[in-house]
Amino acid sequence: MAAAVTFESVSHHFAHVRAVDRVSFEVVDGEFFSMLGPSGSGKTTCLRLIAGFERPQSGTILLHGAAAAHLPPFERDVNTVFQDYALFPHMNVMGNVAYGLMVRGVTRTEREQRAGEMLALVKLDGLADRRPGQLSGGQRQRVALARALINHPRVLLLDEPLGALDLKLREQMQIELKDLQRRLRITFIYVTHDQEEALSMSDRLAVFNEGRIEQIGTPEQIYEHPANRFVAGFVGVSNVLPPAVAKQLAGTSAAVSIRPERIRLSEQQPAAEQTHCRIEGTLVDSQYHGAATRLRVALPAGGELTVVRQNQRSRTGEPAISPGAQVWLSWHREDMQVLGDGA
Amino acid sequence: MSTAFAYERSGGMGRRVSTWLYLHPWFLLLLLLAPPLLWLGIVYLGSLFSLLLQSFFSVDEFSGLVVREFTLSTYGELFSAANIDIIVRTASMAAAVTVAAAIIAFPIAYYAARYAGAKAKAVFYLAVMLPLWSSYLVRVYAWKLILAKEGILNWFFAKLHMTWLLDALLATPVIGGTSLSVSYIGTFLVFVYIWLPYMILPLQAALERVPPSVLDASQDLGAHAGQTFRYVILPLALPGMVAGSIFTFSLTLGDYIIPGIVGSSRLFIGQAVFLHQGTAGNIPMAAAFSVVPIVIMGIYLTVAKRLGAFDAL
Repeated sequence: MAAAVTFESVSHHFAHVRAVDRVSFEVVDGEFFSMLGPSGSGKTTCLRLIAGFERPQSGTILLHGAAAAHLPPFERDVNTVFQDYALFPHMNVMGNVAYGLMVRGVTRTEREQRAGEMLALVKLDGLADRRPGQLSGGQRQRVALARALINHPRVLLLDEPLGALDLKLREQMQIELKDLQRRLRITFIYVTHDQEEALSMSDRLAVFNEGRIEQIGTPEQIYEHPANRFVAGFVGVSNVLPPAVAKQLAGTSAAVSIRPERIRLSEQQPAAEQTHCRIEGTLVDSQYHGAATRLRVALPAGGELTVVRQNQRSRTGEPAISPGAQVWLSWHREDMQVLGDGA
Repeated sequence: MSTAFAYERSGGMGRRVSTWLYLHPWFLLLLLLAPPLLWLGIVYLGSLFSLLLQSFFSVDEFSGLVVREFTLSTYGELFSAANIDIIVRTASMAAAVTVAAAIIAFPIAYYAARYAGAKAKAVFYLAVMLPLWSSYLVRVYAWKLILAKEGILNWFFAKLHMTWLLDALLATPVIGGTSLSVSYIGTFLVFVYIWLPYMILPLQAALERVPPSVLDASQDLGAHAGQTFRYVILPLALPGMVAGSIFTFSLTLGDYIIPGIVGSSRLFIGQAVFLHQGTAGNIPMAAAFSVVPIVIMGIYLTVAKRLGAFDAL
């Protein structure tokens, strides 16, 4: 398993802002790697460092084992799908897709043929003569993708490519992108702030915060075993138990988290079990989300826990639990996760 | 409470007028557009039309009076060898000035659009606009002094022991002369200086609209700097460059003051118009001469459109 991209203690700052602070990671050749984080966390700067639009102030960047920190973008075997697509407005779709071939001196007939194949790959055949201004957001997205793939890069960088699309189209493109990556077997590095997107598409992901990586791992590792408070809070919804409750239930003074969907809510006190812990609380409110209902429960010791209940069958007609009612919460002890200090 | 509400709704005269205008938006539009349309339609286009009309009249050779009969004889005269000379001279000068202005303006505009911060941009606008605050005549006469044989430029070349270079330049046939201030080179330098802001500003506006990510994309796809310039920056800047060239080209075509102050005494179109309508009293000929820049600009814009200069608009 060779590394497609290696960062060794890479730092980059703009003026006085440390955008990327001693970041190290490795992207394995052929994997779908996501960089997840809130805006301003340094993920896009990392992408721009890989593409070569920025040069790091310190640290080492390797592309397929070769030092790349000072290679200009046009010398790298890496292509980018930009957040705003960055299509050339004065060229038609064919001109945009064939651009990478044109600047490399490929003959017109060959580049039109290859660009045509690329357009077929992204299901845009028949639109070759259109201008970017005449396309919908989803079509522009596909043109950007075809344009970035025409040079057969070994690494494809995607900078929040689906951010501007509506939900339905986004879900469809997620499936298509993943499918494309499996078929082409190239490394995808995917920047997003959408944790669901990162979890569902990636082989592995890195969670960024304030210019540093908080945790790297498979989606399951990140979700099930968040390394610290930030990861637990950013990826999915997490309850962090109040210290008194944590001490009582888990016997630790460290922060302890529990996922809302792992908590069982009942109106009667559940039977005591060795493997489970239980606690009483007061229902504050409940929000109906269709597939699930989200409930907020206040604890007598202070603090609130969020509980997600799957609506496996219709509850219409059942008397709803009204706010203010006393309820019992219980969960498996193994579902509790002791968090690091968040450093 | 309901009374207060009713009171507010009834309002005064102003409110009622506003409501009426809101319901009849075409009337408001008419109100706003009528004065400029009258001005443009009657005062501007009307006089242009009467000018065109004048060019189809002729002057009686004996009485010197305008004969108000349709004839093409004035245009026949326009194409005499001496007049063709004037037209070619003016058009070549306008073309040379436009090309030079575009070449000088591009790096300045590019810097201002791409790299300048807020403060540097303020300095840029001030520096470009500042010359326009002082009289054009003053600046042209200042150039006459700079370019004169006893002027600062000659002195500067002498100090650098480079007088030979200046002399060689002035020895060039046609564009040379006894000193810069009486040569076409001098006229050219002053024209470029005077019209430069009109090239920089539209060019800068066009470059400002080019998203940086498009330049990143070009590099990302394998284009080196020269290719990015050739295939992306230049085509996207072209509409601005054409807009600027409309200014520099047409202003040079029509100017009659600069060639009168700095340069050889040979005539430019503007001077010909001035002489024909003034001392010679040949209004039809003056009108025919003023049609020339209009036709040249028409041809220029048609060619520019054919070449795709406005594709990026």
